[in-house]
Amino acid sequence: MSDTRTPGRLFRMWDNDIAYSFRKSPLAIVSGVVALVIVLAAVFAPLIAPTNPYDPSGLNLMDGFTPPMAPNAFTGNSFVLGADNQGRDVLSTILYGARISLFVGFSAVLFAMVLGIVAGLVAGYRGGWVDAVLMRIADVQLSFPSILIALLIFGVARGFIPPSQRETMAIWVLIVAIGLSDWVQFARVVRGATMVEKSKEYVQAARVIGVSPARILLRHVLPNVMGPVLVIGTIGLALAIIAEATLSFLGVGVPPTQPSLGTLIRIGQQYLFSGEWWILLFPALTLLALALAVNLLGDWLRDALNPRLR
Amino acid sequence: MLAFIIRRVVQSAIVMLVVALVAFALFRYVGDPINSMVGQETSLADREALRTRLGLNDPFVIQFGRFVGNALQGNFGISYRLQQPVMELILQRLPATLELALVSGLAAFILGVSAGVYTALNRRGVIPSAIMAASLIGVSLPTFLIGILLIWLFAVELQWLPSFGRGDTVTLPGGWVTGFLTSSGRQSLILPAITLGLFQMTLIMRLVRAEMLEVLRTDYIKFARARGLPNRTVHFGHALKNTLVPVITITGLQLGAIIAFAIITETVFQWPGVGALFINSVRAVDVPVMAAYLVLIALIFVIINLIVDLLYYAVDPRLRVERSAARH
Amino acid sequence: MTLLAAFRRSGMATALATSALALTFTVSNASAETIRWARVADALTLDPHSQNEGPTLAVLHHMYESLVRRGTDGSLQPRLATEWNIHPDDPTVWVFKLREGVTFHDGSPMTAEDVVFSFERVRHESSGFQALHTAVTGATAVDDHTVHVQMAGPSPLYVQNLTNFFIMDSGWAEKNDVVAPQNFAAGEESHAVRNANGTGPYTLVSRDPEVRTVMAYNNDHWDDAPAVTEIIYTPIAEPATRVAALLSGEVDLVQDVPVQDIQRLEQTDGVKIVAGPENRNIFFAYDVTSEKLASSNVDDNPFAHAEIREAMALALDRDAIKQVVMRGQSQPSAAPLPPFVNGWTEDLNAYSAPDYDRAKELVSEIYPNGFSFDMHCPNDRYLNDEAICQAYVGMLGRIGVEANLVSQTRSLHFPLIENWETDFYMLGWGVPTFDSAYVFDFLLHSREDGFGSYNGSRYANDDVDAKIESLSTMTDLEARNKVIAEIWDQVMEDRPILNIHNQLLAYAVRDGINLEVHPENQPQMSTVTYDN
Repeated sequence: MSDTRTPGRLFRMWDNDIAYSFRKSPLAIVSGVVALVIVLAAVFAPLIAPTNPYDPSGLNLMDGFTPPMAPNAFTGNSFVLGADNQGRDVLSTILYGARISLFVGFSAVLFAMVLGIVAGLVAGYRGGWVDAVLMRIADVQLSFPSILIALLIFGVARGFIPPSQRETMAIWVLIVAIGLSDWVQFARVVRGATMVEKSKEYVQAARVIGVSPARILLRHVLPNVMGPVLVIGTIGLALAIIAEATLSFLGVGVPPTQPSLGTLIRIGQQYLFSGEWWILLFPALTLLALALAVNLLGDWLRDALNPRLR
Repeated sequence: MLAFIIRRVVQSAIVMLVVALVAFALFRYVGDPINSMVGQETSLADREALRTRLGLNDPFVIQFGRFVGNALQGNFGISYRLQQPVMELILQRLPATLELALVSGLAAFILGVSAGVYTALNRRGVIPSAIMAASLIGVSLPTFLIGILLIWLFAVELQWLPSFGRGDTVTLPGGWVTGFLTSSGRQSLILPAITLGLFQMTLIMRLVRAEMLEVLRTDYIKFARARGLPNRTVHFGHALKNTLVPVITITGLQLGAIIAFAIITETVFQWPGVGALFINSVRAVDVPVMAAYLVLIALIFVIINLIVDLLYYAVDPRLRVERSAARH
Repeated sequence: MTLLAAFRRSGMATALATSALALTFTVSNASAETIRWARVADALTLDPHSQNEGPTLAVLHHMYESLVRRGTDGSLQPRLATEWNIHPDDPTVWVFKLREGVTFHDGSPMTAEDVVFSFERVRHESSGFQALHTAVTGATAVDDHTVHVQMAGPSPLYVQNLTNFFIMDSGWAEKNDVVAPQNFAAGEESHAVRNANGTGPYTLVSRDPEVRTVMAYNNDHWDDAPAVTEIIYTPIAEPATRVAALLSGEVDLVQDVPVQDIQRLEQTDGVKIVAGPENRNIFFAYDVTSEKLASSNVDDNPFAHAEIREAMALALDRDAIKQVVMRGQSQPSAAPLPPFVNGWTEDLNAYSAPDYDRAKELVSEIYPNGFSFDMHCPNDRYLNDEAICQAYVGMLGRIGVEANLVSQTRSLHFPLIENWETDFYMLGWGVPTFDSAYVFDFLLHSREDGFGSYNGSRYANDDVDAKIESLSTMTDLEARNKVIAEIWDQVMEDRPILNIHNQLLAYAVRDGINLEVHPENQPQMSTVTYDN
């Protein structure tokens, strides 16, 4: 499809309004920088992390519970942010953990976004029973919070995936679980906008001259909803990262041998009372910083994309 | 009107049936209920016999039919784990969850609306910005972590508030067990209610703020100002009143979410409600309780949804079935 | 049942419970001590013959009593039976002399008839304790205070099976229609599940499952009056919440203390830790028999090679696990046998130091590129179970063996072992009979005729099987112990099990409360004493 108008328009918007609003908002700049630093650190974790926490042959259990910046009593090893209960360098586990959290978050949101946009476009454009069925499914889905849906999907996955592959599949199951529980918001926004656009004269005209519905939807309807979709997506990213942490807390997340930030927090909270604060504190702060930055960006983006609020 | 109501009720019934199917099918095949019912030393033959007696070897359709038939009579069987009728268990635990949900929902509503109005009317400035930022910290921390941190701070370090449970309770006529009437019951409620309500409060606050900002730019408000009405009347008499309709709708719809989110809060605080009952049942693969819980949550939501639908219809016939589109 | 009726019914029960609770509070102000006892899980039922499960038994021991009991030193002590011996003329009959003047909570006297009834009930098909009483063919009341138990053959150690066998009132059972233990299939709630009428030192005051169970001293109890006159039992599943409740003074005794919090609690003013060994050892086991593993990347079964099993043992650094994961709360051991148990020796306990170089060499001789497999582990059953597995995954990584950790909740983990769906798994085993035969029967005999239900390693050795079977009827204890030693020698040579350690138990109590750790983790509140 030779559609250059959409990115062009978005780009111009970015160039003028959005960038201006960004420059004017110190909070947006700070959160943008924080988010960028965490994302980059996670992407390049293998290059910058002091150790590879996934490589069991490099671990020494006796390093366990080494406090930050202090040598271990048995091994003499020292770690900037301390070592966790398995003797892993906390800094490295955070870098690798953020990688997994971000991967799960981005993939889940992308999955939800694609699913929600398709469902919303189809429901809004076709109307009738298709719309009724899709929206009833959305209603049912909304009655179950994401955590519950994810637990259900884990249950289904358990039935289908052979035990030997559950570990490797865990991360994909997590993505599907969080994504599936999150598509409704996208679908509703897109459906609403589609129904508004559908009744406009230019769409009616295009339909009369035989432009395919898919083309109408992608070319005329979709660009109009990209703003809200982007906002929902950004806030959804923060929610997805937190959902992953909560699922890991309930014990259905990624395995502890390849921890995400959520798994690290689950492990760390066991040591809240015993004085090994660094195992909980540093992953929790990273998660907080990441989710907060993404939330603030989403917030700012919504205001920026809604000219009436400026 | 009648046709509309019938259609909605039929749709709701179908929704319930689908939920029942999902609830039954999923948990029927997760884990092995037999294993949670018998000790480690029970022989394989005994297990198989128990399986047959419980009807777990029957075809799926027969098991599901039996499930729906019983569910309609409020009979979800006996909890494998606690060996009590499931319905009785859920009704015993429901007051705890509803009281928690009510308090945290009300607190979230009152605080959320106040903060939302305040930040909408004062868009620039240090305090509104701080409130907006602080509200984001609340949603950026996982619920379980907030709960544990609150326990650590207020129960262990400061020793101001209890760390778990409901405290002393009083049974009202009709069987409702309440924690509102004792001081330990009220104290026990504080930390779980904060944990559970924080997210909803943020949601409501942001919604109110956004709606207020929208309403404040409408012509109708401009006319009101032009007429020389004082700010106070404009803001609270007109703008807020208009804002509250969607806010109350969303809050109503969120009630189901609060009850379900109570799972995590109740786990952390050992709150004896249906959420803790559910997660304990998941851990022990107590199928009847899990199925009943899912159906219950869906029922609550479907009923709220139905009422909202009918109210919309009554208030504004133009909305008809299109109200979903108008809800954003 | 309609919703309304259920609501009313549950409400009434709780209303009664609440008023009773108020009553005991006023009494307790006079001269009594209340102990608030928290642990990880609630009793599953109050039916004394339904569930053979740790927390259930620990609670039941306060309201019901057994014929004999296990002391904190592991010895058998008299309880409702004052004497027990094998009939002088018939080695297949056990004779029990009952304590006189004992009454149930409802006032009816405890007689031989009740004991006979309890023997029948515990052997009913819906009982969770049948396996412990399979050798019994019947019990008869000789007089009011003497019971003869007829066995299928000589069973010299049968009395060891009776420490969790509770005596129930036959009249009460008949009156309340609970002659058989709770039966799930009947679809009815059983009166015995939430009511108790035993002979124990405490009577049930109120019970709200998973929330709170209150018990009060039974003034008519036959033994000396205990210091504790009221027990409030609260299950708290979250470890952090449990510890917080103790630190904030809301409970007096926490039974399942997370090992990492022991040190902090020891240093906390007003709280102390009592510790002792539990009768439970934690081990790994491998599928040593199958042609090919389900989860491995190699085409044969690495665990079938004795060299690989030796290498895996050499890679297990038990001392490091004790030091870091268990914070000292374990007793490393080579044999899957706690020290209390008949058949235990120093030699069986001795374990070798880890030798990663040698282990790596052994692995690379057979698998130059190493091999992989799935390690199955529970994450909510034993002390730091998941962390132990995780540590071992790291140790195996050092010898070129790649283990994929699959840790999950116990209700999903145990079926893998029962159904032979795991190549390598963690399991913990307690020995309530304090005899090696219990370990052999369930873990090492090949899976047939009711034996080996937890033999997940598919270990099958005809010679060992025959010897195990011979144990149950041997009356010459010395000869029997010799056979036990022979079996252990063979098993330790074949290595179907890789033992890690025995767990140590720790209870955290408020200062001034004295309570000993019970090897079966069944603390008895009537033994609590207070300083001052």
